Amino acid sequence: MLGKTAGGLLWMARYLERSENMARLVETGLRIALTRSSSAEDEWASIIATAAASDRFVAAGHRYESGDAIDFLLRAGDNPSSVCAALTAARNNARLVRTALTREAWEAINVCWMTVTDALKQSVEPTEVPSLLSLVRQQCALVRGAMQGSLLRNEIYNFIRIGTFLERADNTLRILDVKYYVLLPEIAYVGSSLDNVQWETILRAASADRSFGWLHGGEISPAEIASFLIFDSRMPRSLAFCYAEITENLGRMARDSASASTSTGMATDMLNRLRHLSINDVFEIGLHQFIASFIRNNAVLATTIEREFRFYE
Amino acid sequence: MEASANFFNEMQNGSADVRAPYAVYHQWFETEDNGRLLRKAREAEQLFRRTGITFNVYGANDAEERLIPFDVVPRIISAPEWRKLTRGIEQRVRALNAFLYDIYHRQEILRSGRVPSELIVSNSAFLPQMIGMTPPGAIYTHIAGIDIVRTGEDAFFVLEDNVRTPSGVSYMLENRETMLQMFPELFAKIRVRRVSDYPKKLRRSLAACAPAGAAARPVVAVLTPGIHNSAYFEHAFLADQMGAELVEGHDLQIVDGRVAMRTTRGYQPIDVLYRRVDDDFLDPLSFRADSTLGLAGLFDLYRAGRVTLANAPGAGIADDKAVYSYMPDIVEFYTGEKPILQNVPTWRCAEADALNYVLEHLSELVVKEVHGSGGYGMLVGPAASQSECAAFAAKLRANPANYIAQPTLALSTVPVLTKAGLAPRHVDLRPFVLVAPEGVDITPGGLTRVALQEGSLVVNSSQGGGTKDTWVLEE
Repeated sequence: MLGKTAGGLLWMARYLERSENMARLVETGLRIALTRSSSAEDEWASIIATAAASDRFVAAGHRYESGDAIDFLLRAGDNPSSVCAALTAARNNARLVRTALTREAWEAINVCWMTVTDALKQSVEPTEVPSLLSLVRQQCALVRGAMQGSLLRNEIYNFIRIGTFLERADNTLRILDVKYYVLLPEIAYVGSSLDNVQWETILRAASADRSFGWLHGGEISPAEIASFLIFDSRMPRSLAFCYAEITENLGRMARDSASASTSTGMATDMLNRLRHLSINDVFEIGLHQFIASFIRNNAVLATTIEREFRFYE
Repeated sequence: MEASANFFNEMQNGSADVRAPYAVYHQWFETEDNGRLLRKAREAEQLFRRTGITFNVYGANDAEERLIPFDVVPRIISAPEWRKLTRGIEQRVRALNAFLYDIYHRQEILRSGRVPSELIVSNSAFLPQMIGMTPPGAIYTHIAGIDIVRTGEDAFFVLEDNVRTPSGVSYMLENRETMLQMFPELFAKIRVRRVSDYPKKLRRSLAACAPAGAAARPVVAVLTPGIHNSAYFEHAFLADQMGAELVEGHDLQIVDGRVAMRTTRGYQPIDVLYRRVDDDFLDPLSFRADSTLGLAGLFDLYRAGRVTLANAPGAGIADDKAVYSYMPDIVEFYTGEKPILQNVPTWRCAEADALNYVLEHLSELVVKEVHGSGGYGMLVGPAASQSECAAFAAKLRANPANYIAQPTLALSTVPVLTKAGLAPRHVDLRPFVLVAPEGVDITPGGLTRVALQEGSLVVNSSQGGGTKDTWVLEE
């Protein structure tokens, strides 16, 4: 496969994942704004921070309220990570790697892009936001389904998976990074209503509220939330899950080519670290330090992959 | 149906008689509801959008990708008509190849005086770098598109030869796919010859021209100028259908004296490059120094026989519009036969008498730039205003050798579907020809372009033309 194609596939998947993550953030923010109006401003601020776009948001003169924040995350021209921009980037990459995709996969992405950008041509009325988000979810699910159902399980698929999980790990890490302080054990107001909002935000942003409930019943403790998002390999947005996928897909390519692979080694080390640490170790290290260093390593892994597989000249 | 006495209507000429090739189709059409067909036509458009069969328009920034309008009424060619066409096209393509070989070797045709030397030697499409070089199999035009127009029952003319990088074959294939999906019942009634094996044949004929010493299954790649090129969709489509890589200049490097592409596991040599990049941009060392679309040193490797380029650089001299006017002589010179397909009469404005005639009859003629394509820079006399004619006359006088003129042809019509039923529109036809050492292959069908505006004779997609599926009937 051409290096350029590998890069295009990986970025196509990253942008697809990103657009879904952005939609999920909007959903979380909207939910909180509707149910707890008092803290809405703070919540939008942390959601924009999770999208790694605070500076740009403030610089553009937006205010932390539902209208501005939703428009910014969904479609603003000045936000390169908006749902619209991310889908456009995903589709452009898909066009670049058209020959590596099946017709089903390409058509699904093309239709997803056409449908969503069309629906986002004008600003979205607040009452329309829920149905719009469900449109995005549905379209992205169709794309994933078309890829699952039609792509050969070869390096094409491997690069798509790696892109998806690099981006997802980054997203989960950012959710944790922005809110880490409410998960620290020494924070005293456990059980207060403020805390519940914060925890709910974290779980919702990671689409983990229901699954957490399933596994932990009604009992919520910050350590369990942190542990769930970092270590629980059953949870498809946890770091452990993402890194198991990345390692598996890198490993498969390394086995096929029977050559030494720096990035495989690196990903495996990161996965092993996740497997051998406990949440108490993480608190020992410092939750924030742990997250910050993982974010850095995730980015280093991405550039290592880029170099190893010759994405660029 | 509207009657148009002056033009040959391929479905139903003059009276109520439906021509034989269209008989079954017409019968079916009569029983169809126009509303349903219009809905189908909208469906077809959706299909094209989903598939992303679009072209990019140069200079249009708002709508970067556009659809070429597709008309759901097929253009139908009978088996005997096709037989005649293919004989003529094959003869012509063989002559074009022989001409190119000769022009870049002994130049017999120039010595004989049949074609004037200055027309070739001073022509920008002539590449002196190609002199003395013989491509594998002595094939220059691996892929050719011969534009054919019709003016009557037996009157077919070649309007243009395209032997640089003819485009449009993806539309031939996708139009058929779309028709099969929308009107399967028609294909059960009418036996239409397949076009779908074109990509396989393309791959086979490219592979057959691989340099000596290539692997048993030569590595073929398609070289595209990139995602912003107007025909990018087609490049990706063909690469995909051939199972070849789609590469750009920056994916290529010279490694151990071979052209190689950067893969995830290092550089892999390429045997045959189906290049959709113009000669000028192929190699900054040999041609335009500012080109970033090609590969520095590519031409040297080509000359050394380390890689095959299709079509051969310099092939463009054969489809130059001034050279076109000599095609009847060229065909005779190399095949010893009379041309089966006629040229459109052409005035070479470089010649004083011809120039005078053209200037006097501008309002009746079509004037084209010798190197122009895509319908740009041409004057359609009958459709032009007086001031447009006057402005064009000035350009003509300033640089006569840059122009040729042809009579306005009474292009045949085929009906298109409109809200009011069928309405005749002018068409042309581009069959696609593959040339390999084993022989010439012409895919039964081609691209029918149709001028969608009533009365318009310009079929180019860049000028608002559309396309139709082209059916060649089984014997």
